[in-house]
Amino acid sequence: MATVQYATFEVADQLFGLEVNRVQEVLSFSEYTPVPLAPDYVGGLFNLRGQVIAALDLQVRLGLPPRDLTAGEAMNVIVRLEDESVSLLVDRIGDVVELDDAAAEPPPDTLAGPIRDLITATFPVENRLMLALDARAAVRTEQTA
Amino acid sequence: MDEIDDVVQEFLVESYENLDQLDRDLVALEKNPTARDKLASIFRTIHTIKGTSGFLAFNRLEHLTHAGESLLARLRDGTQTLDRHSTDVLLQMIDKVRALLSHIEQDGTEGDLETQTVIDAVNACIAGASAATDAPQPAAPAAAPAAPVAEEAVAEDADADADADSETEAAESDEVVETAPAAPAAQAEESSSRRSVADTSIRVDVDLLDKLMRLVGELVLTRNQMVRAAETANEQNFAGTAQRLNIITSELQEGVMKTRMQPIKNLWSKLPRVVRDLSMACGREVRLEMEGADTELDRSLLEAVKDPLTHLVRNAVDHGIEAPEARVAAGKPREGTLTLRAYHEHGQVIVEVADDGGGIHPDKVGATAVKRGVVTQVQLDAMDDDEILGLVFRPGFSTANKVSNVSGRGVGMDVVRTNLEAIGGAVDLRSVPGQGTTWRLTIPLTLAIVQALMVDSGAQRYAVPQMAVHELVYVDGQGSSRVEYVSGAPVYRLRGKLLPLVRLSHALGGEAGGSDQEIYVAVLKGDGHQFGLVVDRVLNTEEVVVKPLAARFKDVGCYAGATILGDGRVSLILDVQALARRSQLGSLERTGSHASALADEQIKLDSNGDRLLINKVADRRVAIPLSMVTRLEEFPVASIERVGSREVVQYRGEILPVLRLAQLLGAWSETETETVPAIVYTDNGRSVALAVDEILDIVEDTQPHSQLHDDGLNGSTVIQDQVTELLDVRQAILAADPTFFIRDNHAERSAYLLEA
Repeated sequence: MATVQYATFEVADQLFGLEVNRVQEVLSFSEYTPVPLAPDYVGGLFNLRGQVIAALDLQVRLGLPPRDLTAGEAMNVIVRLEDESVSLLVDRIGDVVELDDAAAEPPPDTLAGPIRDLITATFPVENRLMLALDARAAVRTEQTA
Repeated sequence: MDEIDDVVQEFLVESYENLDQLDRDLVALEKNPTARDKLASIFRTIHTIKGTSGFLAFNRLEHLTHAGESLLARLRDGTQTLDRHSTDVLLQMIDKVRALLSHIEQDGTEGDLETQTVIDAVNACIAGASAATDAPQPAAPAAAPAAPVAEEAVAEDADADADADSETEAAESDEVVETAPAAPAAQAEESSSRRSVADTSIRVDVDLLDKLMRLVGELVLTRNQMVRAAETANEQNFAGTAQRLNIITSELQEGVMKTRMQPIKNLWSKLPRVVRDLSMACGREVRLEMEGADTELDRSLLEAVKDPLTHLVRNAVDHGIEAPEARVAAGKPREGTLTLRAYHEHGQVIVEVADDGGGIHPDKVGATAVKRGVVTQVQLDAMDDDEILGLVFRPGFSTANKVSNVSGRGVGMDVVRTNLEAIGGAVDLRSVPGQGTTWRLTIPLTLAIVQALMVDSGAQRYAVPQMAVHELVYVDGQGSSRVEYVSGAPVYRLRGKLLPLVRLSHALGGEAGGSDQEIYVAVLKGDGHQFGLVVDRVLNTEEVVVKPLAARFKDVGCYAGATILGDGRVSLILDVQALARRSQLGSLERTGSHASALADEQIKLDSNGDRLLINKVADRRVAIPLSMVTRLEEFPVASIERVGSREVVQYRGEILPVLRLAQLLGAWSETETETVPAIVYTDNGRSVALAVDEILDIVEDTQPHSQLHDDGLNGSTVIQDQVTELLDVRQAILAADPTFFIRDNHAERSAYLLEA
């Protein structure tokens, strides 16, 4: 029985998880360069050791109003993809949890809206429901949430 | 070494590399004579050298390697086994190949190096082996010990078997022995100043170079931060160290950039042939001169300017340089000169394509531009000669009088311009009628680092590529230095000319409006238009490292990339071309409402209804309000076809009714021309063309109109001291297409056309 490690984090009080091997690092950052005319889920750009990283606002992807990035530090989960690294802006970082594939449940039918396309499965974690994010779908460019 | 062609150079490097491998293989093979893979590899090496030398016309080398190849083929196929003798012969053959190669390296020729002896020896070895099937080779074992490089021994050996002219052969081979070591000696002498090709060049993976380039980019950034920190720290030691770091970084950057550089002659080398073939085809006599062929460019840029450069050269031969007879008639030498010139200037590479041909006449360019609908006559009148020449870079323009298979397909200079702007370069031209034309390409040294003007808009800082910035203007809003509005669009009067303004904050989706006082205007050129970019603050110019943006930002279309500032923040690099396009400067000009108003300060700025287009119809002057003119066209007479009693012309995939004003007005034009100028009026998706004899002028309608109506006329007025009739355009249009103003569906109109 295979187990997968997930890095968990919260966005708008909802627990999400990303496969650990997708996560490059987690850091908090305060200065973002806005990109006018870009899709609204783009929070801004920042400099990660000489690399320009786009921070994507998961709140917008979930159909919520955009995060105020001028308010102070925001937490970034840097996701490593084949050709680039992208950051997801989150509220809070949680633990890394090891979950059994067998515990996976399909996303509940009640889960609707833009978030539905970003979720691969759900797991019960400590009396909560963790939504496993599809890393690639979460940073996909074509569809704005 | 400069004279040696690059192909030869490459051949030498490759051959030396292969021969070193071959030496090792042969020695290994002697121990294990049946190793097929080694034999096959040796065979391939010799075969390659043979092929290339044949291609490069090094005949001695070709013959020599051919002989060697024959022997190797036998060995490979197992017809003959490798023994000590055949190894010796092969090694001699290889030494000879080396001698030839080094001779080629020295002066580009094979010299008069003797090769026949070795060839004979090789052939003898083949023949000997065949003979040896019944008797062992008699001479070979004797010769072999003395053989390593001793050519006489081989010569004797060859003489023993082959039926050769022993006296002369031996004498010659004596010389060879002397000259063969002499060549390396001479080389050794020279090598104090110059090493051999194989020693001085290595092959490096381009990826590695790219990585180095990226790292140096980072270093430049860190250097910038460091230097800034040193300025504020105010500490002697630190400042000194920062200064040194500054210098070293600059040198390192230069050095790494050089590794990616290639001389422009790599690109030019193909042009003599192009020019030759083309001048034959066009009946021109052209001498091609090249200056600064060693000027180096980043390889990726070299690739990017290849097509534009070729296009310009073709264009110069086809259209620039006149036919020999015309040149003689103009008092010029029969043979035209096309000069390619490359040099560095202000950290950029300039490439010029200059011809001493007929030059480009602004009048002709202007006329063509109007005819093709690139600009209106009104706009043209407001332009100076330089601006008019610049029209050749507009889309849809081609100065070729006739379409040839060489150029003049209506694509061309605008593509050249687009290609160059895409790499952050520029193109312009100077032309003196009768004396020639010079096209000037400005190309950045590299794509990775650009000079950028840093500007502030709101709270954000943006980088504008310096290449696009022509000048900076501060508008204080007092007196003449102020923002004006034409049809609601802001303009600034720059040295008497109206410059359309684009507010950066607005262009990037911010609110319209903003202060008109104490603003900075960066005068930019992009997409063929000059415009002023209004920013809140202009800071400085600095070198920035271009970081490519992910695809999701490319679609936005405003940014050429991002960069990291000295303080570590990310800043966006603006794409000036895209900004110009986004701001629709082009379409503003084309609709005419804007630019015609821009043209003349005297006229009422927000209306063109009271301007008149004056036309010649037979011997009469007929004026048409400019508001009723959508485009000016010129149709070949042959393209006008008849449908019933009406005339039509196929135009942009539609059938366009044509009305000859002369007929409407009961006049008779007798002039026989090949083309007919026509005024096209489009409304609600429909067009009609009003054909006239000549389009004369555009004037301001200031005089009172007489109400003397006649059929088809709306009265008359005096313009430029001549009575000019005012056309009743509505009636004229109805005469051309009775259903024009009926807003019906399309089907009915087609039905009408079919019936008529």
